[in-house]
Amino acid sequence: MHPAPSVIIFTVFSGLGFGMLVFLGLGVPPVTGWVAFALYAIAYAAAVGGLMASTFHLGNPQRALRAFTQWRTSWLSREGWLAVLALIVMAIYAFAAVFLGSLPRAIGWLGAGLSLATVYATSMIYAQLKTVPRWNHWLTSAYLVMLSLGGGALMTGQMTTAAALLALAAAAQVAHWQIGDSALARSGNTLASATGLGAPGQVRAFEPPHTGTNYLLREMVHVVGRKHSRKLRMIALTLGFGLPVILLIIPGAGHVLGTLAVLSHLVGVIASRWLFFAEAEHVVGLYYGKRAA
Amino acid sequence: MTQLPVSTDRKLGLVIDLDTCVGCHACVISCKGWNTENYGAPLSDQDAYGANPSGTFLNRVHSYEVTPAEGPAQLVHFPKSCLHCEDAPCVTVCPTGASYKRSEDGIVLVNEDACIGCGLCAWACPYGARELDALEGVMKKCTLCVDRIYNENLPEIDREPACVRTCPAGARHFGDFADPESAVSVLARERGGIDLMPGQGTKPVNKYLPPRPKQDRATDFDILAPYLEPVADSPQGFLGWLDAALEKLPGGTTAAKTEDT
Repeated sequence: MHPAPSVIIFTVFSGLGFGMLVFLGLGVPPVTGWVAFALYAIAYAAAVGGLMASTFHLGNPQRALRAFTQWRTSWLSREGWLAVLALIVMAIYAFAAVFLGSLPRAIGWLGAGLSLATVYATSMIYAQLKTVPRWNHWLTSAYLVMLSLGGGALMTGQMTTAAALLALAAAAQVAHWQIGDSALARSGNTLASATGLGAPGQVRAFEPPHTGTNYLLREMVHVVGRKHSRKLRMIALTLGFGLPVILLIIPGAGHVLGTLAVLSHLVGVIASRWLFFAEAEHVVGLYYGKRAA
Repeated sequence: MTQLPVSTDRKLGLVIDLDTCVGCHACVISCKGWNTENYGAPLSDQDAYGANPSGTFLNRVHSYEVTPAEGPAQLVHFPKSCLHCEDAPCVTVCPTGASYKRSEDGIVLVNEDACIGCGLCAWACPYGARELDALEGVMKKCTLCVDRIYNENLPEIDREPACVRTCPAGARHFGDFADPESAVSVLARERGGIDLMPGQGTKPVNKYLPPRPKQDRATDFDILAPYLEPVADSPQGFLGWLDAALEKLPGGTTAAKTEDT
C-alpha cells in the first residue's frame, strides 16, 4: 500500500494522543492545574492534529461530516464517532483537572475507555481488510493498541509502565512482521485464483492493461526492496522500542532522558508505520503480476 | 446506506467469455467514452499526451499467458470491471453511505455527491474495480451503464452496457442472474462460469467463462502436416547416396549419427 505521509502522521500522532488520554483519564498521573494543562495540550495537539492530517488525503474533505452517518457497518465511521466522543468527554475531565483541581473518576474512566476504543477502531480499519492479508489479523490491532498505550505511558511519564508496555508492543511488532511475511502466501490468493486460469496451466502476467501507470498501482502496489525493509525494521525496533526502554529503566531518569526517549520512540514508530503501509501487499497486485505468490 | 440488501430482486451482471475475447480493448474505449460523456463526474486523464500518461478507467483488459503441462501456451485476454458482488466489501466500509448496492437490481453504485474520496472502498475491493478520479476526487466505478439499460430515449438494441454493445467478438453478455433461465445464467452454467478470487468471499455476480483448452484441438489442426513434411528423415535415391558419401568423409558429423539410415 502507498505509505502516504498523511496516513502515517494520522496513525502515529492520533495513536500517541489517544494513548496519553487513556492514562490521563485513568488518573495516572493524577495531575491538576498547569501541569495538567501542559499534558492535555500535548495530548490534544497530537490526537486532533493526527485526525486533521487524515483529512488531507481525502478527495473532497468539505464533505467529511458525512462520515458520521454509517457507523452501523463502517469502522472508519465508528472511529470518527469514538474520536469525537472521547475528545468531548476528556475535555470535560481536563477542564475539571486544570481549572477546578478535581478529578471526577467516572468521567475520566469513560474518557479513557473511549480513547482506547478509538485506537481500536483505527486498527480495525486496516485489520478488517481481507484484501490485504498482512493486515487481516488480530495482531494488527494488538500492534496499534499496544504501541498507543506504550507511547501514552511514555508521554505521561509513567516510566516503569511505559517500559513494560513498550516491550509488549515490541513483541506485537515482531510477531506482526513474522506472521505478516507469509500472510499473502497463506491467504491462498494467487494469480491463478484471481484469474481462474489455474486449471489450464501455469499463469503469467503477459501484458498490463495500459502502458502507463494508474491509481490502483500507485495506491495499492507499492514494492519495497527487501534489503531496505530489513534495515528499516532494525531502525524501527532500536529507536522505537529498544532505546526508549533502556533510557526509561535508567534509575532516576529525568526529563532530559525522558525527552530523548520520546524523540527516539517517535522516529522509530514513524519508520515502523512507514513499513506497515509500504510492506502491505494488496491482492489486486496479483492481477498486475507484482506479487511473487 | 452501506448495509447490504439481504437479497436483490434481480442480479444484473455480465458474463465475460475469455475464450472469445480477442483483446482489442474496444470495451475499454466505449466504456471510457460513455462514462465520460454521461452520468457522473467525467473520467479524467492526467498528462494524456505527455511522457507519463495516466487516467481513470472503469474497465481494463489484462493479458495473461497460460502454459499447460502439455500442449502449446495460450494468450488469454482478460477484461476486468466491477463484478457487482453480492457481499460487496466496498459498500460496507464506506463511512458516508456514498457506496450502495441497489435492492432492485443489485447494481453497486457511488453517490458522488456524498463521496469524500477517502479511498477505503478501493482498498476493500480485491479486483481493482474502483478508481479515485484524480481531478474530481470522487470514487469512480462501473455503473453497469445504469443510464443506458433503463434509458427509454435509446433504441432498444442500445439498452445494454456500452462495453457489451460494442464488443466485436461477442465476448461480453449482459443479463439477470437471478433468473435461472436467462441467457447469461444458461451460458454461465453450460460453460462452467467461474468466480474471481472465490476465497475473498465477495460472491461476485459477474461470471468468467474459462478459455477452451487449445491442446484438445492440436491433433485436428495437424491433419495436413504429414503431406507437408519439409524434412526427409530417411533420404532415398541421390540424396541417400550423397548422405552416405558425406558420412564416409573423415571428420565425422556434428549432429547425431545417421549412417544406418
